Amino acid sequence: MLHMIEKAVAENQLVSAFAVVGIIVWLSNQASRYLTKGRVHGSAFAVLGGLALAYWGGVLTGKTKGLADLTMFSGLALMGGAMMRDFCIVATASEVHVNEAKKAGILGFVALFLGTIIPFIVGVAVARAFGYTDPVALTTIGAGAVTYIVGPVTGAAIGASSDVMALSIATGVVKAIMVMIFTPALAGFMRLNNPQSAMVFGGLAGTVSGVSAGLAATDRRLVPYGALVATFHTGLGCLMGPSVLYLAVKAISW
Amino acid sequence: MVIFGTALLAACYLAGIFVGDAFGALIGVKANVGGVGIAMMLLIAAQHFLRERGLLNATSEKGVTFWAMMYIPVVVAMAATQNVLVAAKAGPVALLAAAGSVVLCACVISFINRIIHRAHGGQPWNPDATVEIG
Repeated sequence: MLHMIEKAVAENQLVSAFAVVGIIVWLSNQASRYLTKGRVHGSAFAVLGGLALAYWGGVLTGKTKGLADLTMFSGLALMGGAMMRDFCIVATASEVHVNEAKKAGILGFVALFLGTIIPFIVGVAVARAFGYTDPVALTTIGAGAVTYIVGPVTGAAIGASSDVMALSIATGVVKAIMVMIFTPALAGFMRLNNPQSAMVFGGLAGTVSGVSAGLAATDRRLVPYGALVATFHTGLGCLMGPSVLYLAVKAISW
Repeated sequence: MVIFGTALLAACYLAGIFVGDAFGALIGVKANVGGVGIAMMLLIAAQHFLRERGLLNATSEKGVTFWAMMYIPVVVAMAATQNVLVAAKAGPVALLAAAGSVVLCACVISFINRIIHRAHGGQPWNPDATVEIG
């Protein structure tokens, strides 16, 4: 009997993933309502719960895809993969008020540049403080602090070693998860309560996964504005990392 | 038909990703440059164009809004498939570099948004007053 249920769940991965996520979201809404009287958004609990389950999956299997490495939950990889995520992000554009988005035009660009340069400088400075002196390693780790895609793309372009690449990816993953967790908590401090501020946030915080999950947990209506800008973040980072930023690090390293 | 909305969304998505890839190749970057953002703008433009001509009925729109509503569940699934183990075990370099950039960026965001807030006279955002979509 139990075997048959297991088989039904494992053979219909995507449908099972819908059911599993539905249960997580329902439990999170209950937690939001009864534990915090609605003050903390249900989505924040859901994202945190997802991360906790991902940790548990990682501990159980020792692999890299969190809960999706368990056969029963493999459909989560498809449901939460880049294709579905980007498809749904594009769909949220149907809720964008064009006039609101236009207001933040130039600020969005400024935020994008700052959002690439600031994390890069922090990453390079930390790596330098821990004894890395090779400009290739410094640039790759700095690029990882931008996003976990910019890191390896930059590293591959300038020929970084695989341990530096791994460190660079880890930096980006830690950053994305920190953005997911701390955005709702810091929303008041960051004045994250209107479309313009969400666009500034999207440009500066960068990582699409972090921005989209963080905004979803703060105020769902802000998601498309933040995502619209954040989506250019990885491209800009990949453009600047192996070129301008690498040359800058090379010029000042000694 | 609901599928018309979803197909419109899919067409915008694919066109955006294609343009992003082409743009990346053009400037010599091994990544998609802003593909999703371009797709979002295409969708906004396409919906505006079709609505003005009355070619987009409420049922078709549901084919788009459903996926917009699925956004949070998809993000939860994404969270559940992150490599949290690696993040939790990452050394001090990754931890400090990540925490440092998050804190610094949060401060800059706060700074910029406070300026915007002041420039706009501190009026709160009230989206319900200007709802455009059904």
